[in-house]
Amino acid sequence: MEPVIELKGVVAVLGSFPALAGIDLTVQRGEILLLQGPNGAGKTSLLRVCAGLLPIERGEGRVLGIDVTSQRELIRARVGLLGHSNGLYLDLTVEQNIMFWAATVGASDAEVASAMKRMNVDGRLAKVKASQLSAGQRRRTALASLIVRRAEIWLLDEPHAGLDASGRDELDGLLRDAVAAGATVVLASHESERANGLATRVVTVDGGGAR
Amino acid sequence: MTNTSLRRRITFAVARKDLRIEWNSRVLVNQVAPFAAIVMVLFAFALDNDGILQRVAPGLVWLATLFSMLVVIQRSFSVESADGALDALRVAGVDPTAIFLGKSIALMVQLFALEALLVGTAFVLYNITMSPAGLVEAFVTMLTATAGLACVGTLYGGLAAGVRGRETLLPLLLLPVVAPVLIGATRAMEAAFGSGGAQVSEGWPWIGLLTVFAVLFIALGSVAFGPLVDE
Amino acid sequence: MSTHSGTGTKATRGLGIIVLLMLIALAFFGLVFSAEDVVQGSTVRIMYVHVPAIWVAYLAFGLTAVCSAVYLSGKNRSLAWDRVAGASGEIGVLFVAVSLVTGSLWGRLTWGTYWVWDARLTSTAFLFITYIGYLAVRRLGGTHRQRARRSSVLALLAIVEIPLVHFSVNMWRSLHQSASVADPNAKVQLDGLMLFSLFLGLFAFTLLFVWLVLHRQRTLQLEDAFADRGLDAAIAARREEAVK
Repeated sequence: MEPVIELKGVVAVLGSFPALAGIDLTVQRGEILLLQGPNGAGKTSLLRVCAGLLPIERGEGRVLGIDVTSQRELIRARVGLLGHSNGLYLDLTVEQNIMFWAATVGASDAEVASAMKRMNVDGRLAKVKASQLSAGQRRRTALASLIVRRAEIWLLDEPHAGLDASGRDELDGLLRDAVAAGATVVLASHESERANGLATRVVTVDGGGAR
Repeated sequence: MTNTSLRRRITFAVARKDLRIEWNSRVLVNQVAPFAAIVMVLFAFALDNDGILQRVAPGLVWLATLFSMLVVIQRSFSVESADGALDALRVAGVDPTAIFLGKSIALMVQLFALEALLVGTAFVLYNITMSPAGLVEAFVTMLTATAGLACVGTLYGGLAAGVRGRETLLPLLLLPVVAPVLIGATRAMEAAFGSGGAQVSEGWPWIGLLTVFAVLFIALGSVAFGPLVDE
Repeated sequence: MSTHSGTGTKATRGLGIIVLLMLIALAFFGLVFSAEDVVQGSTVRIMYVHVPAIWVAYLAFGLTAVCSAVYLSGKNRSLAWDRVAGASGEIGVLFVAVSLVTGSLWGRLTWGTYWVWDARLTSTAFLFITYIGYLAVRRLGGTHRQRARRSSVLALLAIVEIPLVHFSVNMWRSLHQSASVADPNAKVQLDGLMLFSLFLGLFAFTLLFVWLVLHRQRTLQLEDAFADRGLDAAIAARREEAVK
C-alpha cells in the first residue's frame, strides 16, 4: 500500500470561516474514495486542499509525497480537479475548449479525439459553443478535458450532477479505467447508492472532521 | 521538453485562446469599438472648436484608449471567471508566467486594433494630417505604448479578478501606473501629427520612455502575476 | 499574549513624551524664534512642517518596501513584517496628505494658486494615489497570509513604478514649455536658526513616525489576534458539531 494523500489536523479557512476544522485523511494509491456528508460539510474544500489550490492554515499534509504547506504549486500539475464549475470558456466550442487544455499539457490530437469520443461530445456537438450546451453536456466536456490532462489523482466534486443515465455509466467506466491505469480517485457525491457501488471506501465528512 | 519551449507553447495557446474567444463572441468589435468611437465624438462636443481639437487630438486618442482598455481588461478576465476557468488553469498547474504573457499578447493585439480605429477616427473627425515620417513614428508609438499597456493591464487585471466582486478596484490601481504611457504616447503622437507645430524628431525620446516602460512591465508581470492571482 | 490594555509600553510612552516636547519646541522655533525669509516672508515657516512631512512619507514607503521584501524572502514568512509594512504605508499616506495640503497652502501664498502642474507636485499626487490603492488592496479580505502576499508584491511593484512615474513627469515638465514657476528651494537663504528649526522638524517628525508605527503595528497585531481568536472559537464549534 502506498499513500498518495496524507492529511493531518488540516485547518483551511474561507474568509474567516473554518471550512475544515482539523481533518485527517489518508488515501492509498488505486482507491476510489467516496466523500459523503451534508451540504457545507467541507467536502469541496477538502478536494481543493488535496489539489493544492486552497492553502492550509494549520496542520500538515502531503500529496504524492509533496508538502502541501510549502510546495502546493508542484502538486497541481499532477492532479486533476473537477469542481462545481466546469472551467470551460463559454465562447469557445467543445472542441476548442478541449484543444486548449490539450495544448497546455502537450496532448496529441489523437488523445483529444479519443477523449471526446469517450465522453460522447464528438461529431456534431464538437462544433457547438459551450454556452449553448446543456448542463450534462458541459459536464461531459469538462470530463473530456480532464482526460487529456492525464492526472495521477482525480478529484471530482459531484461529478454525476447533471449527467443522464448513460453519462453516469460512462463516468463510472471512465473512473474504473483510470484506476486500472494507475490513478487514484477521490469523489464527493450525494448520490450514495450510485457512488457506493463504484467506491472502494467511503469516508463521511462532517463539520470539518472526517471518519 | 525544455522549460522555455513549454512556456512558449502555453503562452501561444493562451493568446490564441483569448483571440479565438474574441473571434467567436465579437465583443470588442460589437461593443467596445463603438464605445471608443462615441467617446471621440463626445470629446468633440465638449471641446467645441476645430483648432483646439486638432491641437489636443493625440491626448484624446490615448485617453479614449485608456478608458476602452479598462473595459477590455475586465472582459479578458470575466471570460476566465465565468465558469471557473482561471481556477482550473491554476489547479492544472499551468505556468502563471505563460498565462500572463499569453493574455498580454492577446490584449496587445486587441488594443492595437482599437488604437488604429481611434487614430482613424481622429483623422476623420478632427482633420488630422500626417507626413510619411510621422506615420512611421505613430506606428512605433502605438506598438511600444500598447506593449506596456497590455502588460500592466494584465498584471493588475489579474489581481482585481482574483478577488470576486472587487473588479471596481482596477481603475484605482491601474490609472496612476499608466501615467508614463499617457504622457509619453501623447507627446510622441503630437510629434507624429505635428500638433501645435511639433517636429517629428521630437517624438523619439518619448518612444524611448515607452520602450523602457514596456520592458519593465514585461519583466515585472512575469514575476509578479503568479503570486498576485493565487489564493 | 500580554494582558495589559492599550498599545504602549514604558519605552513608547517615553518616546511619546519626547516627541511631544520636540513638537512643542518646533512650534516655538518655527513660529517665534526663527526669522522671516527675505523674499518669502512668514510663508517660509510652512517649510518646517512641509519638508519633514514629505521626508517621513518617503521614509514610510521605503520601510513598507523593505518590510514587504523581508516578508516575501523570509523562510517562515512572519506576519509581523507585513503588519509593519501596512502600518508604515498608512502613516506614509497620512504624511503625503499633510505635505500636499501644506504645499498647496504655500503655493496659494507664494504663487497665488493652490495647484500648479509642477513636476514635483504632480508626482507627489501620483504617489498619494498609488498608496491609497495599496491600502485598498490590504483591505480586500481573505486570510492574513493572502493579504500579506498580495500587498507585499504590490508594495514592491510600487517602489519600482514610482521612480518611472517621477521620471516621466519630470520629462513632461522639462520638455514642455510652460510658465516659469518659482523653485521652492532656490530662493530661500537659510540662516543658522532657520536651519536648526528645519533639522529639528526633520528629527521630531522622524521620531513621531517611529512612535506612530510602533503603536499602529501593535493595533494591527491585536486585530489579527482578535480575528485568530474568533477563528479558534469557530474551529472548536465546528469540531463539536462533528463529534455529535
